[in-house]
Amino acid sequence: MSKIISITDAVAMIKPHSRLFIGGFLACGAPEGIIDEIVNAEIKDLHMVVIASDWENRGVGKLVVKRLIKSAQVSHLGTNKEIQNQMNAGEIQIELVPQGTLMERVRAAGAGLGGILTPTGLGTVVEDGKQLIEQDGKTYILEPAIQGDFALVKAHKADKLGNLVYRHTARNSNPIMAMAGKITIAEVEEIVEVGELDPEQVVTPGVFVNYIVLSKEGK
Amino acid sequence: MALDKRALIGRRIALELKDGDYVNLGIGLPTEVANHIPEGIHVLFQSENGMLGVGPAPMAGEEDKDLINAGGGYVTALQGASYFDSATSFAVIRGGHLDITVLGALQVDQEGNLANWMIPGKLVPGMGGAMDLVTGAKKVIVAMEHCDKSGNSKILKKCTLPLTAKGRVSLIVTDMAVLEKSDAGLILKEIASGLSIEDVVKATEADLIIPDKVGSF
Repeated sequence: MSKIISITDAVAMIKPHSRLFIGGFLACGAPEGIIDEIVNAEIKDLHMVVIASDWENRGVGKLVVKRLIKSAQVSHLGTNKEIQNQMNAGEIQIELVPQGTLMERVRAAGAGLGGILTPTGLGTVVEDGKQLIEQDGKTYILEPAIQGDFALVKAHKADKLGNLVYRHTARNSNPIMAMAGKITIAEVEEIVEVGELDPEQVVTPGVFVNYIVLSKEGK
Repeated sequence: MALDKRALIGRRIALELKDGDYVNLGIGLPTEVANHIPEGIHVLFQSENGMLGVGPAPMAGEEDKDLINAGGGYVTALQGASYFDSATSFAVIRGGHLDITVLGALQVDQEGNLANWMIPGKLVPGMGGAMDLVTGAKKVIVAMEHCDKSGNSKILKKCTLPLTAKGRVSLIVTDMAVLEKSDAGLILKEIASGLSIEDVVKATEADLIIPDKVGSF
């Protein structure tokens, strides 16, 4: 069965109230084609798990401006005034999560773990209401895995099995998000034949990737 | 902030770097440190979006959309650089593999607490990677102006803003002083040239331990 589908068909699977893991860091390595199509399709009441809310006109910021996001787990909002306005107006629910913790909670979901123990946030508001656990003489916060429906990631190239390679710092959260989606859709700039990617270079094995879509500028 | 203040702080912090250190510089003032690395010292800069060996900004026209730092600015990769995913990046940070992190601050206190990620009701940009950096780096250096825009001390007995991490700051470098956190409290190690110890004490809300010898920078 071919994993290659159109961006329209990919986005048609996403329904209101879906929980989305979206790759990228300040829009670098964000699946812009998929994001644009969600904006076009106006799929509402979405939950997103992202490192940052990007800019109003780049990355997941476009979903926020279109008011498609109902809630988010995110580590940084500083570049996007609109999401801060919506948060202050009570129109969007935000859980701020330290970036390293966010990544491990997503990774845990993809790896079949229930959560992680981290020292990050001890003695701050982040530990409020959470269970603290002593292990080897140190205190940790128990942080649960973050579950989700779709992982929307961006890679440089895919082969037709969905093996992914990334480019420079556009890798960022994408390999982590890719593991966590019940359905993972990878937007790529180039699709190559099976055998054309050096197995040593593959970062995300195709087992994690259900569908491949080609970026608008892709080949 | 005046350019000379930035340079003063950046140059002083750069003296803390040892050859071979792995270093993360926060956005803004901390990036000034990179301009003052002493001769013969080679360090690798880490960027939390997933890179070690961050180089300077590219020449105009040579920007690569896939190569940025944690502030979103275009960078280059030095020889020996590596790219990795965000979980690996925070394994470097939280796992104690990073020698030094340099961050800005809204407030620091004499117990080594740091507040730099939100002002309730005013500004909530989120903590990004700051909590992990301050929790995990071997040495946490704060780079900031000694006082805020209204002239109030940013070095307090106790932080009033939400903390980034508890008791993790080891060194504070401002435009007025270098302060070291010890179990006994904040030690005034050095004062900026042209200032007196009195000047620093007056501009500081926190209690300072003043040794017999205070250097200058």
